[in-house]
Amino acid sequence: MTNHLNYLAARAGAGKMSRREFIGRAGALGIGAAIANTMFAQAVQAAGPQKGGTIKVGVNGSGSADSLDPALSANQGQTLVTRMWGEPLLELAPGNAIEPILAESYSSSPDAKVWTFKIRSGVTFSNGKTMTADDVLATMERHSGDETKSGALGIMRGIQSMRVEGDEFIIELEQPNADLPYLMTDYHLLIQPGGGKDDPTATIGTGPYVMKSADPGVRFVFEKNENYWRDFGNAGTIELIVINDDTARVAALQSGQVDLVNRVPPRTAGLIDRAPNITVHKTAGPGHYVFIAHRDTAPFDNNDVMLALKWGMNRQEMIDKILFGYGSVGNDTPINASYPLFTPMEQREYDPDKAAFHWKKSGRTDPVLLRTSDNSFPSAPDAAALFQQSLGNAGIPLEIKREPNDGYWSEVWNKQPFCTSYWSGRPVQDQMYSTAYLSTADWNDTRFKNETFDQLLLAARAELDQDKRKQMYADMGMILHNEGGLICPMFNDFLDASSDRVAGWGESAGFGLMNYYAPMKMWVAA
Amino acid sequence: MAPALKLLVQRVALGLMLLFLVSALIFVGTQILPGDVAQSILGQSATPEALANLRQELGLNEPALTRYFDWLFNALQGDFGTALTNGQDIAHSVGNRLKNTLFLAFWAAVIAVPLAIFLGLLAVRFRDRWPDKLISTVTLASISIPEFLIGYLIMYFVAVKLRWFPSVAMINDGMSLGEKLSSIAMPVMVLTLVVLAHMMRMTRAAILNVMQSAYIETAELKGLNRFQVIYRHAFPNSIAPIVNVVMLNLAYLVVGVVVVEVVFVYPGMGQYLVDHVSKRDVPVVQACGLIFAAVYIGLNMVADVVSILTNPRLRHPK
Repeated sequence: MTNHLNYLAARAGAGKMSRREFIGRAGALGIGAAIANTMFAQAVQAAGPQKGGTIKVGVNGSGSADSLDPALSANQGQTLVTRMWGEPLLELAPGNAIEPILAESYSSSPDAKVWTFKIRSGVTFSNGKTMTADDVLATMERHSGDETKSGALGIMRGIQSMRVEGDEFIIELEQPNADLPYLMTDYHLLIQPGGGKDDPTATIGTGPYVMKSADPGVRFVFEKNENYWRDFGNAGTIELIVINDDTARVAALQSGQVDLVNRVPPRTAGLIDRAPNITVHKTAGPGHYVFIAHRDTAPFDNNDVMLALKWGMNRQEMIDKILFGYGSVGNDTPINASYPLFTPMEQREYDPDKAAFHWKKSGRTDPVLLRTSDNSFPSAPDAAALFQQSLGNAGIPLEIKREPNDGYWSEVWNKQPFCTSYWSGRPVQDQMYSTAYLSTADWNDTRFKNETFDQLLLAARAELDQDKRKQMYADMGMILHNEGGLICPMFNDFLDASSDRVAGWGESAGFGLMNYYAPMKMWVAA
Repeated sequence: MAPALKLLVQRVALGLMLLFLVSALIFVGTQILPGDVAQSILGQSATPEALANLRQELGLNEPALTRYFDWLFNALQGDFGTALTNGQDIAHSVGNRLKNTLFLAFWAAVIAVPLAIFLGLLAVRFRDRWPDKLISTVTLASISIPEFLIGYLIMYFVAVKLRWFPSVAMINDGMSLGEKLSSIAMPVMVLTLVVLAHMMRMTRAAILNVMQSAYIETAELKGLNRFQVIYRHAFPNSIAPIVNVVMLNLAYLVVGVVVVEVVFVYPGMGQYLVDHVSKRDVPVVQACGLIFAAVYIGLNMVADVVSILTNPRLRHPK
């Protein structure tokens, strides 16, 4: 029997047998469907990538108002599109590593102030031009300076000067930053000919695919770039179809109209995974759902009120009922194990007695007002209601105000003293902390101002000794955990799904859909 | 013909004036939305510098009245400007979307309108008997269920289970007419179910109303069968109200199907408008608003004109 099963697996691996057929035949040998399913996936995976064919992706998070300019990339659809035709200098790799892409190698001066990137030679843009260090410089210039609208401006702001020497691109920083290579993986910073200054939306880059047709908010078609410089990208054609409606996206996967979808709703993920031809992929990431309070506004300027709210949060319940198990508990810092220098600390559990103690100590009796809306994170109003209940058990009154989705980011978030929100996270601690927890940060959405914290942040940035840096980040985490305005109950997993027509899902770092590379890394299996 | 002509001219003039007023309303409406374009384009990733740069570039610092007249003047020449968010030419993008919307609305109407009128006639013919009751119950049920739910139900059974038609109604220029029709089969089904009841009930009521008249009795007495009476005598006299409700539903098929578009991922006007509203892309919202208003006013005008023309007292004045 084993021989016959091996024969079947080999046939499946060679792409000569569909999953349905394999499961049927394996069933005849007395193998259950679940086991047969896994065996099929292993056989196909082991057979290695197949070239050619078409992969269709159903994408959530894109609209007809989207620009093709990578500088303005702000949603998952745009990021997925720009990844096809453009490439950064460096890219994130599993295990907090960095993979060199258009930069062959990089090095820094001992004080981490001057960074040198050796630009890869022999790479051409899809318009036939050769990519040079000057194109890199021009690209970085377009993303910096006061005139720019680039989403990467925050990253580029610390740069004092940039220059080209031969095939080397050199960045001089105002302040030392040991994390600069991580920042260069930003999805806006894709190298364009002449920096894309003439025509930022031309979609000409060095990427593995070239754009054949673009209809923003509807459909994008890409074909393999025949002159691409390395062996990467399997499908001959990749089609991205924008399906923002959750039910429609999943139905399209089930009916075989698309092979891969992103953002599977947690509520139905379990059900979808049970379908015989579909696999749901769960990837832990740095994204988190938060309740944020302004530390400079009453009553949140009183740390006892903050502690009462933190102890009154039932984190496990949030994971179970809001994320349906697809996530991990937060600990009132924005950092989790997906960060390179993460140090675990004692988990804050739900404790109504401690919450009541701090509430009583604060002397406050009026209810606390929390603002929320559906788009602050999925099921945020439900999460607010759960929070209201768990606080209620500790005798703390919480009032919930439902705000409209429309205008939430301009009128409520970062304006009102207490609201629900989300962060998609950043590749390194330094970037996450300097984006939202440094006293002077534009997006300091908790109005957290702590001198020790700021000093530690700047010191850690310049520190090249990893152990010392790790300790500094651990100390900063502890400060935020005890004194911050951030209540972080949960980190949400990325949930994507693929059908058995495609194979090759693997480990990745960064965002969902294998850091948006899944359509290129996967291949047509059946 | 004089009074009819005068009425027609009045109708058209009124329509144009209405359109002008609507243009002003659309403009004012888009100005008082919370947040501005720059804020919405950049979303959560807006820094004060990036905001100021974008506002300057988009010309949001000009006075509102200047912007209104510039816009109206250009719009009259068919130039809606470029979208603030992605820099694409609006007239071109809207043109494509409008073509898709009209394509879907056309096929939905081709099926729904004759079917509704036929079912209405049938219901009158078998008034208060089981065919009448069956038709009424089914159509009323289908109009009462929210359209997205009908969409999901049809999608589940027809696309996922039976795999007859694709669940994603994506059409593009490379497709043949047959492929396009197969692609839009499911949204057409949903839209037909949604608009059927209204038109069918109105047809039934209008004809039944006429059926009480003395001349119907005369027609019956001279020996015509029941269907001939309805078809030859009752129907022509109830055209005015029927046309009215048909036009209302056609207008709905053009401007009101955003939910169906979202469910079936159909690249029509509604989805386009909603995307740009959420990004505060004012020029696009204004252009769409104006086109929707023109369609609505235009179709209602046609309904009025038809009622005037089918009224013998207006066609043949003493």
